Amino acid sequence: MNSVSRRRHLLAVVVLLVMCWAVVPGAALQSQPPTSPAQEGFVPIDQLQPKEQLPAAPLVMAAYAVAWLVIFGYVWSLWRRLSQVEQEIASVSQRVAGGGRQ
Amino acid sequence: MTRVFLPLTVIVAAMFAVAPVLIVGAPYESSMGLVQKIFYFHFPAWMGMFAATAVCGVASARVLFMGRKDADLTAVAAAELVVVFGLIGLLTGPLWGRKAWGVWWSWDARGTSALVLWLIFVSYLLLRRFGGPGSERLSAAVGLFGMFNAPFVYWSVNLWRTLHPKTSVVPSLPPAMGVPLWFSTAAFLGLFALLLAMRTRLERRRAELDSLHLALEDSI
Repeated sequence: MNSVSRRRHLLAVVVLLVMCWAVVPGAALQSQPPTSPAQEGFVPIDQLQPKEQLPAAPLVMAAYAVAWLVIFGYVWSLWRRLSQVEQEIASVSQRVAGGGRQ
Repeated sequence: MTRVFLPLTVIVAAMFAVAPVLIVGAPYESSMGLVQKIFYFHFPAWMGMFAATAVCGVASARVLFMGRKDADLTAVAAAELVVVFGLIGLLTGPLWGRKAWGVWWSWDARGTSALVLWLIFVSYLLLRRFGGPGSERLSAAVGLFGMFNAPFVYWSVNLWRTLHPKTSVVPSLPPAMGVPLWFSTAAFLGLFALLLAMRTRLERRRAELDSLHLALEDSI
């Protein structure tokens, strides 16, 4: 192989490499499926797919319902305990007034 | 207290009737949206718990250092209210966190320290229930310890990295959000005062019942 043909071979290899750098990454990118916003890092919550969003309304309603249940449950428990004690006081007071007779 | 009880009940009921109107009218928070509305009951519940912690701690100190028996009635009542208001905070928080953070519970400094404070007052009540004679002084020490633990819960967001916002957020809220928040807080503090009065009355009546039982035994 003479020096001219060797130079032509070298030129052909360089051209091939340049074509590879230019074309292959572009082709590879084109063959990739498009990335969804969720794969690219931060996505504002209002741009998520509807199926990926957690509805807020049931959580808000549950929070207020829980708060009222605890408050009303406690008030009811207080009222019940107070009524029991008042009844016992009335009963024991009668027995004390009656000199301890049943 | 009896003279104040009925007017205060009417005022607190009216405030709780108006609070939802203000909460619905408050603007949505820009990043969290609707779920942030939980804040208007979540924060006041914790304020109610802190108020109950302070009352229990001061009453416990009076029991321990001044030997005041009547303060013990207030301390027991307040300790129970710490557990009630803390329960509201501990239940509403995860419902908010599920949407805002994506998890029901995170072991961050604020949530964990609040849970520990709540458990301290649960232990206070267990001590009173099952501690037997002499548990009053021991539980008073627990109540005092609990009160000194409360500032750490409040300041935890400033001291450690946490998912909760810093304490500077609430004072810097715009009036459209601040007014409903402080209105709800006032309603919760009014409710706390009413429940404290009712619960203290229960303890007082129980003490009277014990005295009657003793009188009955003496008369037999």
